[in-house]
Amino acid sequence: MTQTQSIEERLFTIRYKADDKSHLIIKDHEVCARCEHKDCNYFCPADVYLWHDEEKMTSVAYENCIECGTCRLACPDFNIEWLYPTGGYGITYKYG
Amino acid sequence: MRTTVLQSGNLPISKMWPRIGDEIVADERFDAVVVGAGPAGTAAAYTMAKGGLKVALIERGEFPGAKNIFGGVLYRKQLEDLIPEFWKEAPLERTIVEQRLWILGGDSAVTFGHRNLKYKEPPNCWTGLRVKFDQWFAGKAEQAGAIPIYETVVTELLLENGRVVGVRTDREDGDLRANIVVIADGVNSLLGKSLGIHREWRPDEVSLAVKEVIALPKQTIQDRFNLEDDEGCTIEFVGHMHGMAGLGFLYTNQDTLSLGVGVMVSDLRNKRIKPYEVLEGIKRHPMIQRLIQGGEVKEYSGHLIPEGGLDSMPPLAGDGWMICGDAAQMVNAVHREGTNLAVTSGRLAGETAIAAHAKGDFSAAALDEYTKAVRDSFIYKDLKKYRGVHGLLAMGASDLLFEKFPQALNDAAYEMLLVDGVPKKVKQKAAVGHLRDVAGGNWKLLRLALKGWRAMNG
Repeated sequence: MTQTQSIEERLFTIRYKADDKSHLIIKDHEVCARCEHKDCNYFCPADVYLWHDEEKMTSVAYENCIECGTCRLACPDFNIEWLYPTGGYGITYKYG
Repeated sequence: MRTTVLQSGNLPISKMWPRIGDEIVADERFDAVVVGAGPAGTAAAYTMAKGGLKVALIERGEFPGAKNIFGGVLYRKQLEDLIPEFWKEAPLERTIVEQRLWILGGDSAVTFGHRNLKYKEPPNCWTGLRVKFDQWFAGKAEQAGAIPIYETVVTELLLENGRVVGVRTDREDGDLRANIVVIADGVNSLLGKSLGIHREWRPDEVSLAVKEVIALPKQTIQDRFNLEDDEGCTIEFVGHMHGMAGLGFLYTNQDTLSLGVGVMVSDLRNKRIKPYEVLEGIKRHPMIQRLIQGGEVKEYSGHLIPEGGLDSMPPLAGDGWMICGDAAQMVNAVHREGTNLAVTSGRLAGETAIAAHAKGDFSAAALDEYTKAVRDSFIYKDLKKYRGVHGLLAMGASDLLFEKFPQALNDAAYEMLLVDGVPKKVKQKAAVGHLRDVAGGNWKLLRLALKGWRAMNG
């Protein structure tokens, strides 16, 4: 049977050219602190977002982003500034 | 296999136009700039370049297709309108001779399907992979004379007195001026939003699809799907997706399978389940697991699909601009058609641009010919037919439609085919009663059936 795969293994199949600056920006961490469900921690297909209780902030692993756009429109507070990575950066698929 | 289109045809401007301090291109003026080298943008660029216009084709990826995924099925008709007999040279996977629909229960399925060898001659559709296909297609536009500007993001539209007069890119001195800008920047269409022609998509207007390309030996694929040579098979499935509105797919490529699930983003958010866990659940379903077992996952990918239908479609043209493909919500989700709508919309925008160029009129009135052409085409007519589907899916009945009904249908099929001495009449009564109970009563079942019928026949 096909082995169960972790998200890390899945993302490892994609070629990334990471920019040194993030194309995803949390506009206001206070908004995240007040956000009840932290939906972005679940709906992102690349596990980019993670809320840290102690630091009171959402970390953004933009290097893993597959540029789908879900977070931009599904964040209930529209608290994520979403841009395309610089031209030529970000993901490059092999199959598509 | 070709390396990349950057090494073929014209010397790409991206090579002549370094990121820092260069104005070679900045002073150039184009008849048309196309933003996005997917099927819509490339079809527009190809059409306009063939028509003698000076066209720039801008793509943010390393090469066209670099960031693109679909299920995916490519259809003959709309591409053939553009490039006769393209299939003799285009990189395609398998010619689809059979399409199946599976309604999944927990560990079972009720199946439908149609296999017909008439789909081979002339071919109806093929499976494909976008990295190869989009590069080939954009290469055709380049050969026709479109100037490729890749690895370049369009950051904003240049406006003068309410007219679009060009684009600003993320390159140094990166403004490009043109009489017409074709916006084909895909489902996220930041440019469409910046123009104010549509607001941000609501989470119920888009689905998130995640997909895996799974490698298996060619012969294994052919044996498991009952195929010969280049024949292909597609399977769509509903059910077993945690009660979310969604559609799964399993397609045969030459020596890989494309397996994925697309679920409505509003449902995904409400259920708080990770998208790849929905896919993992599907991979463990006994109907799917047997077809993919032993395969190696070569690539994971994800993309939004615009599924708002006709009522989400923005205005299609204005002063100096037209919008095509996913950026304009041109997807027929019921028939999982998208690239064909994109190609036709791109062609129609291109033809409109050629006529506008001949008259020297790039006003909203002139470019509105594109809107009319779309309205006269299958794009508008098909989206109109299924206009009500979005409302049906967004009414909060996903759990009923995509989990309870599929399971009830599987239970009914199991009971009807099980020979255990219970009279058939009793079984039938129980099955109908079960469906009624799932719906919440006879009246509700009837209303839902009517609503469903109307949604599919607007």
